Amino acid sequence: MTTLTGNPSAPTRSLAEAEDVRPTRRRLGPGEPIRFGGLFGIVVLLTAWVVGSATGLLDPRTLTEPWTVLQTAGTLIENGRLQESLVTSGIRAALGLGLGVLVGTVLAVISGLSRVGESLIDGPIQVKRSIPTLALIPLLILWLGIGEPMKVITIALAVFVPIYIHTHNGLRTIEGRYAELAETLGVSRSEFVRHVVLPGAMPGFLLGLRFAVTSSLLALVVVEVINATSGIGHMITLASNYGQTDIIVVGLVVYALLGVTADAVVRLIERKALSWRRTLAS
Amino acid sequence: MASYAGELSTQVAPAVRVKSLHRSFNEAGGVLNGLDLDIAPGEFVALLGRSGSGKSTLLRSLAGLDRGVAGTGVIEVPEKVSVVFQDSRLLPWKRVLDNVTLGLRADDASDRGRQALAEVGLAGREKAWPHELSGGEQQRASLARSLVRDPQLLLADEPFGALDALTRIRMHTLLRKLCEVHQPAVLLVTHDVDEAIVLADRVIVLDGGVVRHDARVELDGRRSQADPAFARLRARLLTELGVEDDHDAAPARHLDPASERAAS
Repeated sequence: MTTLTGNPSAPTRSLAEAEDVRPTRRRLGPGEPIRFGGLFGIVVLLTAWVVGSATGLLDPRTLTEPWTVLQTAGTLIENGRLQESLVTSGIRAALGLGLGVLVGTVLAVISGLSRVGESLIDGPIQVKRSIPTLALIPLLILWLGIGEPMKVITIALAVFVPIYIHTHNGLRTIEGRYAELAETLGVSRSEFVRHVVLPGAMPGFLLGLRFAVTSSLLALVVVEVINATSGIGHMITLASNYGQTDIIVVGLVVYALLGVTADAVVRLIERKALSWRRTLAS
Repeated sequence: MASYAGELSTQVAPAVRVKSLHRSFNEAGGVLNGLDLDIAPGEFVALLGRSGSGKSTLLRSLAGLDRGVAGTGVIEVPEKVSVVFQDSRLLPWKRVLDNVTLGLRADDASDRGRQALAEVGLAGREKAWPHELSGGEQQRASLARSLVRDPQLLLADEPFGALDALTRIRMHTLLRKLCEVHQPAVLLVTHDVDEAIVLADRVIVLDGGVVRHDARVELDGRRSQADPAFARLRARLLTELGVEDDHDAAPARHLDPASERAAS
């Protein structure tokens, strides 16, 4: 009844003054997302670094001033040491990653498509999975020396396990009805692999690839720090010996950039290769 | 197995010949128990039966998909057999046209695929992803995939079972039109008696793993449910399926208790 008496005056009021009476509850959830919220923490950290260095709270021997790091990066780029190290490390990681992805995928396909293959391959890989790859380094050094082959193979060993596991899983979860369909269409085995098996296992493979990229960088750091004469890791190890925190920080930033770039590339591949799924999600 | 193309008796030789077919999934009992069935070239046969009567088992054995199922008997089917499943079974990672031409070995595969898609009313949707199509459109694409192979035998396992009633009627019209053009022998598994009568030249009722009833549909022109002949055939088939006909009987049953009470 009271709302009815209020009504005649309502149309004359502007929208802003329009009545909005409703019961409210205290919010318990996190609320609206903040725009660019992801960058906020990083900015805070960088600011703390700048302020700490400028006020002298941060000892340069503990962590070099940000401007010195920038300067050092400039110098390293000028004399070509950074590029050289980056190329060496990049090639190492790429070779190891490529080899590991190839081996992991081939093994997964063999093991996924044939029962004999599965009984031969799956067991050893499950055993290998339980041994941390980095624990194999002493043995690999004895077998392969401390040269490039040892480094590339260590990275490949770290990479092929996640690739194998996720691709194999992707293969096995392809629905049997698609195999049945392929049988009724009379496709050959190679056509079956190309048109049904590989695209069907693609989501699993790409998930494995993202893990693999992370593993490859981890293995890269370890093999480069242990005994290398070139690469970003070598640069960092040397700097550590001479107490040059500025060079160490530059090296870490480069590792971070490598990781972020690699992840972005995988995500780009994912978007292209799984466009049939992306439209489904959106 | 055998193709009849080279035989002199092409015109009379059946497209499908099944002799004393036995299939069983366990020791307890057979699903098919000595089934005999001939299907003439270009003949449209609908296969009715209760659940577990062996409809799908028969269809799968004709499609060559029953590896590992124990059994005996002789099956002769043409060389080119296509299967339409209840789900459209389009590969989600292939565009519609690539789905239609999958495994098709011909130089003009993509032209033929386009033509087949146009035939089922999907012209212009060649580049669509399967999930962008409605259920009916997906099933039409799967029909196109079957027909682009010019099958001599089309096996369909409840192809319209997952579609809504209106789409289903449209699909019936389309399937009849396509069969008139392509003239394959058809074996359609269904549990819808009306669908069987509307589409088929011959309706077979399967029970206990053998053909229990084999009826030729002799309705001319448009098959209407209003036709008394349609209703008679429907009632007969339902009886064979062990279902008491029908909606008309329902009110009578409601009256029964009342009349009994009145009598007592």
